[in-house]
Amino acid sequence: MSATAGIAGAQPARLQPWPVLWAVLLGATFLLFFSEGLHDALEGLAPWAFEYPRAWVIPLRDWVSGFMQWLINDFDLGLFTFKEFTRSISWLLTWPFAFANSLLAEGFIHGRGDKAVLLWPRLSWLAVIAIAVLMGFYAQGWRLALLVGACFAYLAVFGQWTSAMVTLSSIAIAVPFGVVGGLLLGIAGFRSARVERAMAPVLDLMQTVPIFAYLIPALYLFGFGPVASMIATIIYATPPMVRMTILALRQVPDEIVDFGRMAGCSRRQLLWKVRIPAARQSLMVGVNQVIMLSLNMVIIASMIGAGGLGYDVLTALRRLDIGAGLEAGIGIVVLAIALDRLSQAFAARPPEQQREDSAGLLRRHPYLAAGLAAAAVTWIGGLVLPALGSYPESLTLTTAPFWDGLVSWININFFDALEAIKTFLLLNLMIPVKRFLLTLPWPLVVGLVALAGYQLGGLRLAALTAALVLFLAVTRQWENAMETVYLCGVSALIASLIGWPIGIWAARKARVNAVVQPVIDTLQTLPAFVYLIPAVMLFRVGDFTAMIAVVAYAVVPAIRYTILGIQRVPPTLIEAATAQGCTRRQILWRVQLPLALPEILLGVNQTIMMALSMLVITALVGTRDLGQEVYIALTKADTGRGIVAGLCVAFIAITADRLIGAWSGRLKTRLGLA
Amino acid sequence: MFDNLRAAAIAGAVACGLALSGPAAHAVESSDPIKMTLHDWTGQLITTKIMGKALENMGYTVEYVQADYLAQFAGLESGDLHVAMEMWETTGKEAMEASLATGNTVDLGETGMKAVEEWWYPIYMKEQCPGLPDWEALNECAELFATPETAPKGRYLGGPVTWGGFDDERVEALDLDFEVVHAGTDAALFAEIKSAYERKAPIIAWVYTPHWAPILYEGEWVEFPAYTEECYDDPSWGSNPDMAYDCGKPRGWIKKVGWAGGEKKWPGAYEAIRNFKIDNETMGRLIDQVDNQGRDLDEVVNEWMAKNEATWTAWTE
Repeated sequence: MSATAGIAGAQPARLQPWPVLWAVLLGATFLLFFSEGLHDALEGLAPWAFEYPRAWVIPLRDWVSGFMQWLINDFDLGLFTFKEFTRSISWLLTWPFAFANSLLAEGFIHGRGDKAVLLWPRLSWLAVIAIAVLMGFYAQGWRLALLVGACFAYLAVFGQWTSAMVTLSSIAIAVPFGVVGGLLLGIAGFRSARVERAMAPVLDLMQTVPIFAYLIPALYLFGFGPVASMIATIIYATPPMVRMTILALRQVPDEIVDFGRMAGCSRRQLLWKVRIPAARQSLMVGVNQVIMLSLNMVIIASMIGAGGLGYDVLTALRRLDIGAGLEAGIGIVVLAIALDRLSQAFAARPPEQQREDSAGLLRRHPYLAAGLAAAAVTWIGGLVLPALGSYPESLTLTTAPFWDGLVSWININFFDALEAIKTFLLLNLMIPVKRFLLTLPWPLVVGLVALAGYQLGGLRLAALTAALVLFLAVTRQWENAMETVYLCGVSALIASLIGWPIGIWAARKARVNAVVQPVIDTLQTLPAFVYLIPAVMLFRVGDFTAMIAVVAYAVVPAIRYTILGIQRVPPTLIEAATAQGCTRRQILWRVQLPLALPEILLGVNQTIMMALSMLVITALVGTRDLGQEVYIALTKADTGRGIVAGLCVAFIAITADRLIGAWSGRLKTRLGLA
Repeated sequence: MFDNLRAAAIAGAVACGLALSGPAAHAVESSDPIKMTLHDWTGQLITTKIMGKALENMGYTVEYVQADYLAQFAGLESGDLHVAMEMWETTGKEAMEASLATGNTVDLGETGMKAVEEWWYPIYMKEQCPGLPDWEALNECAELFATPETAPKGRYLGGPVTWGGFDDERVEALDLDFEVVHAGTDAALFAEIKSAYERKAPIIAWVYTPHWAPILYEGEWVEFPAYTEECYDDPSWGSNPDMAYDCGKPRGWIKKVGWAGGEKKWPGAYEAIRNFKIDNETMGRLIDQVDNQGRDLDEVVNEWMAKNEATWTAWTE
């Protein structure tokens, strides 16, 4: 494979040579970059190492295209074709979607176009708000009820209601499918270690291959429209549920399971009556993740026919109506916050309550009855006073002109200052890193990654990471891949440098935390397109704008995991340190940060994942990386090209994930936290 | 806003049973809905709504479906979608030809609009670079258009890579001191133009029409040697004897495309769609009313339909 991998293999187990080896290798790498003579000499000696020869390329792209063609056109399952099979799935999914959509957004309609007759109106806005408030009150109390009510009121007051209900109805259908599917897969993985092992790589791919890569075959198989986008959403949002289910079922204490056995439970009863209820709180965390990830997909789903808020964001920004785009984007954020807080509150509700509920259904009745009453009253009221049925248009607010004006004002007054910052960063950080990565010969990179893998996790990890990185070369995506590594690497670095201090500050001051939390929630759910377009206006098309978008999104896990890591440091240790006379600063640097390091590293890991998942979005502002490759493949309907580029993204992600995961694991063992 | 709702909520109608076949002006061959695709630019929404309303007037049932401009071919080939009203020669020709080759889609003819796509600069740049619009003035002013990353070369903001357009080749063939920077999307492209226009800063970029930007922002097209087919095919043509593309861009057609199966299912409707014709000026005025005057799109379309009944009834007869 390469000379460096050979060295790694030749020196097992002895630990002392490691630092020396790394110093020599990295020194050689930099020498190669700075000394053009050496670079040229090497390139003359082994040109294949710098430009992967065309003859060695594995035509995976054509194979994938051919396979997809066969799958779509010729694959016959006997009684019916594969396409008929997938089409019937999507036909089945149409019904619940149509029902939810009619109930929330459109009303039940008979006929089409001008001849359409409204049979039954949609739920009134007041009824939906009332139900949301009741759910908040039931799950936690008045504070949550008020928050949820305010979120939904925003949608009505800012004229986002109908679009938001379209989005909500697709979420309301996609989430149960994701949750139930994830639960069943998770149970299968829990019961059989072999199933779990087989599923692990598939789950990784589901989360890391950009959706644009498989959009075209999905459209052929599942048809054009909301259902295809829902299926794409489910594919993307299910993996955390599967993972959480396996984890949650494992964490059920043995005593509870033994108790079930003693009571004479069958295997099935043991699972459904004992394990799953006991794991409810952890399972709800999975549900929460499914909801949040589904909302992340809203924009992409709207490109293939889902409509709703995502569509409003896209059309507004296409007109460069930044304010309107922002308002629709905030609509997605408030929807996300309401659903997030509600599902978290349901997760946190003590399980005893559950038993009481199932014992006496009456206890749940007041809420159900109140919800139904609200729907009925507003429906009847709507017949008399239309404002009760639909929020009157004359009362809607908009702040759009303010935001448009603000961006223009910044543009006119501060463009030159911003330009100076941008030019400085570009010339001194981004362009050198890019040039550095692009000059490295691929065998050297494969070797370095394998070496890191070997040191952190042994031979297996070395083989895995080397194979994944080699894939980038053999599919002739090397240059695109290095551009990707450069953009995501620089962005992840900057996101971490911003995220760590904020995380530390917030972890130590509750007041700061109270401000930081809603900000990072917003950054996570606000569609990137909303801030991408103003960023283009202020920083022009190019890598810098892409970097800003990536940093804004990827900074969230850096902050979140830092807070988590510091807050999880056992209070006894801090008390001990205080008793020894440590100052606050010493406690931070000597106790909290070292102990939080594994979590912070996991945060870095997630930061890289988030950065990679933004690639396709940054292609929209003209980057020239794997994201652009996927995007071009989409526009040319070239399935093979898209999937190969998508796999390259996934493999970079998995390589980073495994290496950092192994590192974090080692640190944990060393610190005695594992 | 209403349009996308209707499009997105078609499923709502499906839930309540099959289409109702009401009284029709013409004998329609099938009451199944004709699914027309909506994209994300106003001009296309207007053409589609005009055609859709004309078809409804004939008694056909029409559904509007939100679909991506290029990804829609998957739906058109399988019959999930039926009619796309605007396929631009310069940006969609390749995908359209590939799709027509499958035999599952049909070319429904030109819309009558001509896509103009060329290098464009705001009018205030003429003061600083008086040689414009002649292309030979570009090199004298290249530094005016430069940014720190491209200096001393000028920066030309091209369309997304997927649009094609051969600008990289054009720069080389005409020996222009410019670097082509590709915007990733239409929105990014016009965001940068808007930003520059607000500051009266230098910019030269790919603009096309019918579009709201050249209506709202005053500017001019660069005049390259006029396009001919030989210029693109034959290197010896034009000022550079060794390279093709030493001329401007072609004025492209904008065509309608349909699902091949629709030809049998709704022959009358397909005939009417083939007859659809509108010109750049009319379209420009309609786009201006929606995008720049902020009027409701359906209102603008209805108004036009009412005033020009003779025009569109001629398509449907």
